[in-house]
Amino acid sequence: MATVVLPRSLVALFPGAERRYEIDGATVADVIDGLERHVPGMRNRLIDAGPVLREHLNVFVAGQRGELGTAVPAGATIHFIPAVSGGSMRRGTFG
Amino acid sequence: MATKTMLLVGTRKGAFILESDAARKSWTVSEPLCEGWPIHDISVDQRTGALLAGGGSPWYGPAVWRSEDLGKTWTHSSEGLTYGDDGPKIPTIWNVTAANGSIYAGVEPAGLFRSEDDGKTWSHVGALRDHPSRPEWQPGAGGLILHTISPHATDKNRMWVGISAVGVFETRDGGATWTTRNKGVRADFNPENIYPEFGQCVHKMYAAAGEPETLYQQNHCGVYRSDNGGESWNEITPGLPSQFGFPAVGHPRDADTMWIIPMNGDDRGRFMPDAAAAVWRTNDRGASWTRLAKGLPQQDAYITVLREAMAVDRHDNVGVYFGTEGGEVWASPDGGESWQEIAAHLPAVWSVEAHVVDA
Repeated sequence: MATVVLPRSLVALFPGAERRYEIDGATVADVIDGLERHVPGMRNRLIDAGPVLREHLNVFVAGQRGELGTAVPAGATIHFIPAVSGGSMRRGTFG
Repeated sequence: MATKTMLLVGTRKGAFILESDAARKSWTVSEPLCEGWPIHDISVDQRTGALLAGGGSPWYGPAVWRSEDLGKTWTHSSEGLTYGDDGPKIPTIWNVTAANGSIYAGVEPAGLFRSEDDGKTWSHVGALRDHPSRPEWQPGAGGLILHTISPHATDKNRMWVGISAVGVFETRDGGATWTTRNKGVRADFNPENIYPEFGQCVHKMYAAAGEPETLYQQNHCGVYRSDNGGESWNEITPGLPSQFGFPAVGHPRDADTMWIIPMNGDDRGRFMPDAAAAVWRTNDRGASWTRLAKGLPQQDAYITVLREAMAVDRHDNVGVYFGTEGGEVWASPDGGESWQEIAAHLPAVWSVEAHVVDA
């Protein structure tokens, strides 16, 4: 069982969602599947085509930066963190 | 019956709703909606009354937002908004348009998606990207984007879409096949052939009210009208100060009347000409143009208005609105004859839509 900590900006998209969940999963991808069962629609917010974690999202497993295939040790804390690089909102300036 | 006039404004940092009454003199401004996501387009599903907002978060990807209570609460979905795990990633939605019980979303990189369940799930209208021209599609300055969706008013199997910098396509069989509709439209940036079958940079296109075969478009290279559903286009640029601009909107009841906002060209900042703000209107299908500037700044006005950032309402005396890259919103309650600034400090405005509601 891992403790998953979600950012405010993600939880705000799902009324009633919580900042922390206790979820079983062997990998980060498994944990995201578990999150999807708690909060339908959340998987799409975290995972892009590939599948890969979205470009400007980071995941830390027990303090180490990970990816979808990263193993999740029992009792680990998993943080999903919006990357600073996602804050520019530069797209579309010319359209 | 009293009416409420709403302006649905998409910005670089969230959606906003401006509200007024039928007089449209005094306006309120909401707080940022849609969790501050960049919003490229907001429209109204006239069948259900729902507001639809399309955009994309740099962190959380693309989504179509939906409000069934005029913007008080919102849900969102992108289920099915994908080209598949082997396809390109979709960063954002550029247009969302409801028609004939369906909702359509235009995305980047250019493609069309359809929802048959009010936006809960989406499926790719794959035939458009299967068009033989697709390997040669090139992006415009805003990216390779499907930014315009224009359903035919009476034939549910027909629809036009606009892609930058590829041009206009039409389907007459509900999306199963698509045909280029760019004959007569210049592509000055293609020196070998300025009238190619595709590769034109359509900036905004719409079908005229009451005349389903009459189309207008503001292009990178001129303003055009088609009288035959896009099979050929006639240039109506003469009389304007520039061939370049982004938005184009039509009168809600008069197919002869159109408003545009010329910019000073594509390589000089894309500002209003001579740093003097103006909207231009034709009442005769583009045969002549009138400059409308009363109340707009006429000095040091380095203003850019983007493709989705102009709208008209359906009041008897038609209101015209535009938003700027500098975060201003301007309103005219009299068809463009006079203008008033109704918001001055929003984030960069990407889209404006007017919605008149019985209060």
